Amino acid sequence: MPSLKDLKNRITSVKSTRKITSAMKMVAASKLRRAQENAEAARPYAERMGQMLCSLAANLSISSDTSPLIAGTGKEDTVLLVIVTSDRGLCGGFNGYIVREARRTALRLMAEGKQVKFLCVGRKGRDLLRREFASQIAASFEDVGRKRLGFADADKIATRITDMFAAGEFDLCHIIYNRFKSAIAQIVTTSQLIPVALEKKAADTAETEVRPVYEFEPDEEAILADLLPRNIAIQVYGALLESAAGEQGARMTAMDNATRNAGDMINKLTLNYNRSRQAYITKELIEIISGAEAV
Amino acid sequence: MTAFQLELVSPEKLLLSKPVVMVTLPGGEGDYGVLAGHAPMITTLRPGVINVYESDETTISERLFVSRGFAEVSATRCAILAEEAVAVSSIDRAAVVQALAQLHDDIALAKSDAERMRLEKAIEAAQVKLACVEVAAAA
Repeated sequence: MPSLKDLKNRITSVKSTRKITSAMKMVAASKLRRAQENAEAARPYAERMGQMLCSLAANLSISSDTSPLIAGTGKEDTVLLVIVTSDRGLCGGFNGYIVREARRTALRLMAEGKQVKFLCVGRKGRDLLRREFASQIAASFEDVGRKRLGFADADKIATRITDMFAAGEFDLCHIIYNRFKSAIAQIVTTSQLIPVALEKKAADTAETEVRPVYEFEPDEEAILADLLPRNIAIQVYGALLESAAGEQGARMTAMDNATRNAGDMINKLTLNYNRSRQAYITKELIEIISGAEAV
Repeated sequence: MTAFQLELVSPEKLLLSKPVVMVTLPGGEGDYGVLAGHAPMITTLRPGVINVYESDETTISERLFVSRGFAEVSATRCAILAEEAVAVSSIDRAAVVQALAQLHDDIALAKSDAERMRLEKAIEAAQVKLACVEVAAAA
């Protein structure tokens, strides 16, 4: 049975923890708003880029000299997984889900006899993957957009990816990140970066018939050669933004839960504290009364 | 004058979206002007200045510097995807000079051809940017 003093200490410590978690929740909520605005602001560019790519690809016939970024290398031996996680913890299952998905994908690919390499964005993902796949982590980026997430951050990562691709270090590239659905729901999403996935084209075919026939200057190939690396950067940027918003959302939810749990715990401890205080008083009274009776 | 919609977007946000009468763009193979009803086309952009003519086709209402990008022109719309776009009047000359010097230092230390090529492109953009500021200052 803990003493009254112990209980009181517990209560104060839980109370200060609650203060911290509720402050963190508030901070996450305001950061979330900013992250969401950023993600929204970046959408028009990505949309236009997608449209442009579609109209380009519609006019393009895949031949031997088509950029390997769109046609692929013809092999599928080595796969690069880009893992987008956060730098900091205390955000619930946010990083855990990503790493679990990455691990599952990696093991599946390895079972198929393929080589897997990782490129980690964010400290948490790297730390968690290092345990199992230390030798396969090709590169890692930390403190990405710590102050403000800019396109330059994404560009740096994308440049690294395209450089590695140019050096023939991998054939396929997938990016795994948390897509922000709402403050309480993040969806682990895997999308293909290289070769560029154009599955949207099929859905748009009805529309493309109505679409104007574009002239290209310089020719399609030259534009595509410029556009494809850009497109990768944009996709990475989009993933980073989604992940940043998701992280704040996840942290907000996690901290909200922690605050509520701390509240419950304080109630329980206070009840306990009062009960033992009463018991103590009763005990003292009995002692006094029985002492008086004995006299 | 018939107007068309001009949209200027950078990866980070939508910078400009308004009806204009004419724009001139620094295309990859030469400057060109766009009026309403232009034939649809897609071009690359080299570093240079976009002139925006908002009310009639003789007075420039806005001059913007873009460093590389793409433009998609259709009959009713002109969408410009720029990596970086700033109004010429708001470019800080000293900052550009400094950035240029930094780039020259970097290129001297560049290890790979890819890196060198990238830096050369950046230097070209910075030089054009500097030239625009100087032209604007002289005018």
